[in-house]
Amino acid sequence: MTILGARDIGISFGGIKAIDGVNFSVSPGQILSIIGPNGAGKTTLFNIVSGVYECDQGRVELSGEDVTRLTPDKLAARGLSRTFQNLQIFQRMTAAENVMVGRHLRERCNLLADLFRLPSVTRQNSETREAALTLLDDVGLRSSADIAAGSLSYGACKRLEIARALAAEPRVLLLDEPAAGCNAVETEEIDELIRRVAAKGIAVVLVEHDMKLVMKISNHILVLNRGKPIAEGAPREVRDNPAVLEAYLGKHGAKEAARA
Amino acid sequence: MLQKIGHRYLTLIALAVIVAALPLIFPSSYYFRVASLVWVSAFAAIGLNILMGQAGQVSLGHAGFFGIGAYAVAIGPAHFGIPTWAALLIGCALSSVLAYLVGRPILKLKGHYLAIATLGLGVLVALVITTESRWTGGPDGMPVAKLTLLGWRVSGSDTWYWISGGLLLLGTWIALNLNDTPTGRAFRALHDSEVAARVAGIDVARFKLQAFVIAAAYASVAGSVLAMMNGFINPDQAGFLHSVEMVTMVVLGGLGSVVGSIVGAAVLITLPQVLTVFQEYEHLLLGFIIIVSMIFMRDGIVPTLSRVLAKRTQS
Amino acid sequence: MPEFVQFLVSGLTVGAVYALVALGFTLVYNASDVVNFAQGEFVMLGGMVTVFASAAGIPLPLAALLAVVVSVVVGLLLYWLAIEPARDASPVTLIIITIGASILLRGAAQILFDKQFHKLPSISGDTPVNLLGAAIQPQSFWVLGGTAVIVILLYVFLERTVLGKAVLATAANKLAARLVGINTTTVMALAFGGSAAIGAVAGVLITPITLTSYDVGTLLALKGFAAAMLGGMGNPLGAVAGGLLLGLLEAFGVGYISSTYKDAFAFIVILLVLFAMPQGLFGRRTVERV
Repeated sequence: MTILGARDIGISFGGIKAIDGVNFSVSPGQILSIIGPNGAGKTTLFNIVSGVYECDQGRVELSGEDVTRLTPDKLAARGLSRTFQNLQIFQRMTAAENVMVGRHLRERCNLLADLFRLPSVTRQNSETREAALTLLDDVGLRSSADIAAGSLSYGACKRLEIARALAAEPRVLLLDEPAAGCNAVETEEIDELIRRVAAKGIAVVLVEHDMKLVMKISNHILVLNRGKPIAEGAPREVRDNPAVLEAYLGKHGAKEAARA
Repeated sequence: MLQKIGHRYLTLIALAVIVAALPLIFPSSYYFRVASLVWVSAFAAIGLNILMGQAGQVSLGHAGFFGIGAYAVAIGPAHFGIPTWAALLIGCALSSVLAYLVGRPILKLKGHYLAIATLGLGVLVALVITTESRWTGGPDGMPVAKLTLLGWRVSGSDTWYWISGGLLLLGTWIALNLNDTPTGRAFRALHDSEVAARVAGIDVARFKLQAFVIAAAYASVAGSVLAMMNGFINPDQAGFLHSVEMVTMVVLGGLGSVVGSIVGAAVLITLPQVLTVFQEYEHLLLGFIIIVSMIFMRDGIVPTLSRVLAKRTQS
Repeated sequence: MPEFVQFLVSGLTVGAVYALVALGFTLVYNASDVVNFAQGEFVMLGGMVTVFASAAGIPLPLAALLAVVVSVVVGLLLYWLAIEPARDASPVTLIIITIGASILLRGAAQILFDKQFHKLPSISGDTPVNLLGAAIQPQSFWVLGGTAVIVILLYVFLERTVLGKAVLATAANKLAARLVGINTTTVMALAFGGSAAIGAVAGVLITPITLTSYDVGTLLALKGFAAAMLGGMGNPLGAVAGGLLLGLLEAFGVGYISSTYKDAFAFIVILLVLFAMPQGLFGRRTVERV
């Protein structure tokens, strides 16, 4: 039962075809990883699926509904959340506030009520903050709740983004290089976190370079190279696929790997 | 959590104490007038701060809304026989509607494009005010009838001191309220990262527009009060230089800091008064302050000071 | 018909000044991403310094030269004292700084000179020339000719000299330019100085027709900016086209629509361009990378 599907996606930037004929689908609770060498178009694909870019061709479907031309905020309302490769945390807000923003769609937002800080707003605030603190706990950032997000470490910020994305209670979560810049321990924590998220029934789509992580937790892997899909399947199949080796290591390297 | 509530009420109480206590040291009514001017300008600055400091947009034409509010209370009674208090509300409504209509297309722009577009808007408003002299008295301005509330004719620099002071407290309370609310968080989020705010479900265009309209309403009310206070209004109040002054108050005091806007207004208004000897040098001084503060104290007075204080208390 | 030609020529003449201001904007914008609001003040300085210098006894051509030199010095000082120290600030902060600079220059002019309007004698007299029935001031030809010369010189400089190429390179990508050994500080100084010179020349040429005073800078800056936007921010030929077009729009608008709202045309143009086609007539659309 597919919850997120992309069909025949294509986009060009000034004559260069960045994505050409990419398809994938994810089911609830499944972890799909999209891998490929740099420049393969993985983040571009994410940007298309999350409504940041408009693709030139193809369809994106969420729970069977065509969401191809929807903006990110409308997609969020339909249960799609994402994190960013180049960190887009709210630097000047505290960690707790960052996650509280993630819960924006679950809050009632009325301008007049907010301007006069009616009791209902204060009450809702505490509820939202409680939810945010719980999520911070899940990602191990509870102690940094009231610190400005801009002064947190890189790894902490990555986890903060995940907490913020989860605050929206999404059905689909797109994670763009969640383990980038993380050490072995932090990567292990991300690993556990992703598993727990998927166990709750959320569909997870992952872009990653850390092959160990990818091979360990993915149900399904899609390999892109220069915007085109070159391999797809379970981790074991993809790992030994000669086309994949060639894309990453080049013709010479692939031969070496085959001999090794 | 408790400290946050405390912070908000603390600021309000401190401000109320200052407003209440200052007259005790005023030697003459002149000081009441200057202080009233500070309170009114600070009120406008607080509104602009919500747009610039919180939501991260820029408006270099904000005096246009100020002018609309000011001329509303002049034209309403003089040409239409509308009572002054009603004209204030109408002026505020007009400004808000204009901001709503123009805001949608303008706020799609970013950076210096947005700056210039708002600048153009402000200049257009000032131009219309200056040109339609049949209604507005043209470049020389027009008088403003005194405000009458329930038979009581409001006049006297001390009366206006309390009115403008009360207005400032109200404006400060509202602005501080916003901080810890979904709307306030949405403003600050779209300021820090528009794309992340969108992805979190925030309708960025709608919130930018809200901030713009709020700021316009604040400016309009401030303009109306100033006009009523002075009994006279001229197109300079809607002019480009005034827009620049308003922005300077916000930025000088500290973008995003409500207290900062009050401090910025206080500095920018009282400084020329202190240096009345250098009346001629007013522009020179303003320009100099803008340049120096933008280069050396980019965050503004209040944030810079609080950082220095924080460092001191740490060591 | 003569009316039409009148509007055409006066529109082109004023448009030439807008074009030069816009060209100055473009030069600085390309080299540093800064929208220099003080650009209009260079035109003011060109006119005012010439007036006061010649009143002090200096022969007119030398006074004009002095005006250009003063303007260039002011431009360089502006760069070194106000722009360079804030080089990593946001675009809005930089605009505010240049606005502050323009206010400062205006305040200084108010004190050093005076608040009156001043005129300069026309270069080749005031006898109107007959063109298709319209009476054209000979100074108009000087303005148009001078503008054409400046545009050609600038084009040759940017496209045919090594230093000019360095400016273009810095405009395209500052970091890359530095990495290949281009001294970007020199380039920026050149851009600011050059734009100041262009503005001053415009001021000297136009003062015989439109007069000058200490506060002509603001409106000129705004209109010059409108012209630059119209032509496409960052495109020098677009700046010239935008300037001439804006001048024509103003002249014909004043002639056939309304003369009281003369100044409004430029601002309506700004708003329309920004709403409908922010990249201007000749600009390119950019995509934001996430």
